[in-house]
Amino acid sequence: MAALRRYLRNPAALLGAVLLLLVIAVALAAPLLFPKDPLGLAGRPLQWPFVNPKVWLGTDASGRDIAAQVFHGARVSLLIGLVATVIAIAIGIAVGAVAGFYGGIVDDALMRVTEAFQTLPNFLLLLVLVAVFGSDIATVTVAIGLVSWPAPARLTRAEFLTLRNREFVQACRVLGMGDARIIAREILPNALPPVIVYASVVMAVAILLESALAFLNLSDPNVASWGNLIGAGRGVLRTQWYVSAIPGVAILVTVLAVSLVGQGLNDALNPRLRGPAPVKAAP
Amino acid sequence: MTILLLALRRLAASLPTLLVILAGLFLLLQLAPGDTVDALMAQMGGGDPATAEELRRYYGLDLPAAAQLARYLWRLVQLDLGQSAIYGKPVATVIAERLPVTLLLMGASLTLAFLGGTLLGILAARRIGHWPDTLISTLGLVFYATPSFWFGLMGIVLFAIRLGWLPAGGFEEVGAGYTGLIRILDIARHLVLPTLTLALVFLATYLRIMRASMLEVMSLDYVRTARAKGLGETGVIVRHALRNALLPMVTLVGLQAGTMLGGSVVVESVFALPGLGRLAYESVVQRDLNTLLGIVFVSALLVITVNFAVDLVYGRLDPRIAAGR
Amino acid sequence: MMDRSAGPLLSVENLSVRLPPGADRSHALAGVSLSLAANEILCVVGESGSGKSVLANTVMRLLPPGVSPDAGRVLFQRRDLVAASEAEMRRLRGAAIGMIFQEPMTALNPLRRAGDQIAETFRIHTRLSAREIREKTLALLTEVRMPDPAAALRAYPHELSGGQRQRVMIAMALALEPALLIADEPTTALDVTTQGRILGLIRDIQKRRGMGVLFITHDFGVVAEIADRVAVMQAGHLVEVGPAEGVLNRPQAPYTQALIAAVPPLVPRAARAGTAAPAILTLDGVSKTYRKGGGLWPGRARVTHAVKNVSLSLPRGTTLGIVGESGSGKSTLARCIVRLLDPDTGTIRLGDTDLAALSRRAMRAEARRVQMVFQDPFASLNPRRRAGELVAQGPMLRGVPRAEALAKARALFTLVGLDPAAMDRLPHEFSGGQRQRIGLARALAVDPEVLVADEPVSALDVSVQAQVLALLDSLRDRLGLSMLFITHDLRVAGQICDRIAVMKDGAVVEAGPTAEVFTAPQAAYTRALLDAVPGRAWIPGRPHAPAA
Repeated sequence: MAALRRYLRNPAALLGAVLLLLVIAVALAAPLLFPKDPLGLAGRPLQWPFVNPKVWLGTDASGRDIAAQVFHGARVSLLIGLVATVIAIAIGIAVGAVAGFYGGIVDDALMRVTEAFQTLPNFLLLLVLVAVFGSDIATVTVAIGLVSWPAPARLTRAEFLTLRNREFVQACRVLGMGDARIIAREILPNALPPVIVYASVVMAVAILLESALAFLNLSDPNVASWGNLIGAGRGVLRTQWYVSAIPGVAILVTVLAVSLVGQGLNDALNPRLRGPAPVKAAP
Repeated sequence: MTILLLALRRLAASLPTLLVILAGLFLLLQLAPGDTVDALMAQMGGGDPATAEELRRYYGLDLPAAAQLARYLWRLVQLDLGQSAIYGKPVATVIAERLPVTLLLMGASLTLAFLGGTLLGILAARRIGHWPDTLISTLGLVFYATPSFWFGLMGIVLFAIRLGWLPAGGFEEVGAGYTGLIRILDIARHLVLPTLTLALVFLATYLRIMRASMLEVMSLDYVRTARAKGLGETGVIVRHALRNALLPMVTLVGLQAGTMLGGSVVVESVFALPGLGRLAYESVVQRDLNTLLGIVFVSALLVITVNFAVDLVYGRLDPRIAAGR
Repeated sequence: MMDRSAGPLLSVENLSVRLPPGADRSHALAGVSLSLAANEILCVVGESGSGKSVLANTVMRLLPPGVSPDAGRVLFQRRDLVAASEAEMRRLRGAAIGMIFQEPMTALNPLRRAGDQIAETFRIHTRLSAREIREKTLALLTEVRMPDPAAALRAYPHELSGGQRQRVMIAMALALEPALLIADEPTTALDVTTQGRILGLIRDIQKRRGMGVLFITHDFGVVAEIADRVAVMQAGHLVEVGPAEGVLNRPQAPYTQALIAAVPPLVPRAARAGTAAPAILTLDGVSKTYRKGGGLWPGRARVTHAVKNVSLSLPRGTTLGIVGESGSGKSTLARCIVRLLDPDTGTIRLGDTDLAALSRRAMRAEARRVQMVFQDPFASLNPRRRAGELVAQGPMLRGVPRAEALAKARALFTLVGLDPAAMDRLPHEFSGGQRQRIGLARALAVDPEVLVADEPVSALDVSVQAQVLALLDSLRDRLGLSMLFITHDLRVAGQICDRIAVMKDGAVVEAGPTAEVFTAPQAAYTRALLDAVPGRAWIPGRPHAPAA
């Protein structure tokens, strides 16, 4: 409750929440406002925005409605971002918790794998996965999740490493509590807040990764993705730059919203990091 | 010397993992629909199955996966990355041709992002809560949220198409026949937009980390000690806070080396730069899996090298490393 | 050197320091007035939150943002420091006023050599050549009795021990022969023998140079050791001020009287009846070694013999104290007994069971019989669980139904002196002493035979410490507990332990009844330990004893 109050008192965090709600509203409204296939022909190609009220954001080089693509694109971006983040965070927590709690050889082995994954540029790895498994939307989502888990794993591990030696965990051991219960019930709830905050970073990166993939024409061509539209606009960049510009703003707003909410959560959950440190007298 | 030894040991420890990963990727690529020969045949405009069979035998693609893997790893140890089907040259040669462009782009971007991020981070931390901090932090957030390829495209629209100040793409003016200093200046002009595009998102990250790091260091006891000696604010920052605050930044360079390479795939595609990233993109599109695997291998080596350098720098900055802490 | 010897060196007049909104009170200091003459040591003593550190930092003008004086003056050599400009303060800091801090590890920049950090003081305030600075720095390190001054010059902070680091801090503060030295709990983070040496050093240098010293501490033993005059503070107010001998032995203010009454005297407790009972817990040849290293920088494994061949026995219904400095292995031994660590060799016999030989799983079943109370009242309770649940957790793990376990927790809350109505609160809503009581209730909830208490009172203020010690003592008698009491503090050990074992470098150097160990120590190390206890000659409540 105190955290919620702190969150609401932070203007940047509030702005982030409003923007995010806006994007979600856009995503929900898409099928109502634009019931037709957003990738279908909507009119004469390359109409400028705010000229024809029927297609108020204009049309792209194939005569598709840009507004419809932007609205439907919000669904795709949010869905991919959310699912990929859940996958990455789940793997990250599982690996990080086991490595951090048990330490020793288990930790060494798991961290080697994590390091190896971090040695490979994640976008290249994504290219390899797409090259192998194809580029329909489900595959792309899972692939993004698979290349994004090392950072949350390291974070979770670091939290577990400090928490596992805390006296309250030792007290549970002395009481005879089993490992699984200590991990899940005692340590995890305390390790979770920074990981949850980090999930916003993972989600922002996931949205950016998908848009980059789509921009390169390597994502699913059959869904209205913002990246696809930007890529499609490249051909007419010289004269009709708005085709690429508009969906880019949509990505910017969405990623900005996710980042602001994440930062707001961070400030609300770790109040001491904001402003001057509380005065603490020596013992 | 201890630092060098420790860094070398870490380097040695990362090589086996790399081999395991590559083996995994190699096997993964066996699952890919279509192989190099299919790609080759498609490029030649089709052909009869007998030719395909012969080509497969030539490339050793008729062997069982395990044997292929063994052969591949053995060649890898000899730094032989195989033949590129599309380019008709050894993969190593193709990569060597493309690598300098990527190195130049990454080096320039990293320098810009690190120096800019450090300076802006210090500035924001010094004026926390005031307008310079608000401005810098807001810009950082916006840069962070901007997709780099979109930023690149908009840069082209503004600086190349509207204003005509900078070229829209390419590495240099092909056919102009520039040499010496003029050629260097020409390349530099071509790299301004790509460097900015690639650097911006990293600059945003660095400035955020530097700001947080400075804020934390400035609250530590030894900064109070420095003040108790009568040192002024500038002295406190330069002599005590800066070096300590740079430690997480240096770590970040190592952690983000891979991300930056990934970013160059997109940026090189936007600006039609003949670099490693574009090569990766082309090899995915043309299903030249041998080349793709080679690029992954070289990229990993590059990231490991950067991390080796980061270890050395970190060891020089922090004397506690040599003590094994 | 002191030409202004007529007036006081430092005079604090009606000083109030405001806290930012949202703090637990409006002012850190409220109307404090005191003065310090040149050539005297004034100890400002108080419990946590008394404002004593704020006083030190106000003089130095090193207050955190949002905290500032809003009334009164601080006159140093007749200059008002509250009104002084920042530039003027910078000229004074390090030159006319030196300061040393509590944590010598964090107070030194980890990335710069010790000599360099001392030399910086010269570089800021003087125009001496590099060579002269080097010579002066070396002389300073010699003056603070650094074992190898030339080597210390080039050493990084992490290469020095805690005591050596504090010597570097002192050298730094004394570099320009300040008229005033402010010492903020300078020995609190140090071991008792090191503390004794650092206190002696400060006293010597103060005499030799005729400095005024403002010495902040929470420890009346330290006050008895070093103070010329004493100022007692409570919640931002000055309670009492006067000559050390008077305040220590004939305190006037009720608060001072209560504080001093809570200080355990360095005398063994009166022997209790029935301390010759048969042993309930017997350790035989217990050893534990640590292999440190690996991780990201492998191959630097260092082997530490944390516990070496320890044999001890704990008679039923008594308290055995294990006393030692940091690194003596006392906490490792405690953790071996409750099997948080696995001992390498030896047997740990509880009744008929050898705990050391049990598998992890089997130990879990026996866990009930040995319980532990931890040191840190803030870290030892899961911040996300309610107090009642924390206590009920143990019985519930053994299959006791929730309602029954909570009823037991309720009874235990009363037993340890907490209000059962507070069972629904989260740990952060309790004070340090109350949290220790919760930790104790949690241990008692599973009806242990042996209680291992690892420094249970060392994080507590002296008045709270006395209450928790009294509680432990009475519970042992009422519940028939046997107790292993780990502590670094001989005063505390003398208060509660029937027998004492002294540990050094992992081995037991001496063990016996408390009275014998205190009055006729056999081992040289025990004697050194007893000699180093600050204010050992001062027995609270016995005014005839001379101050050191």
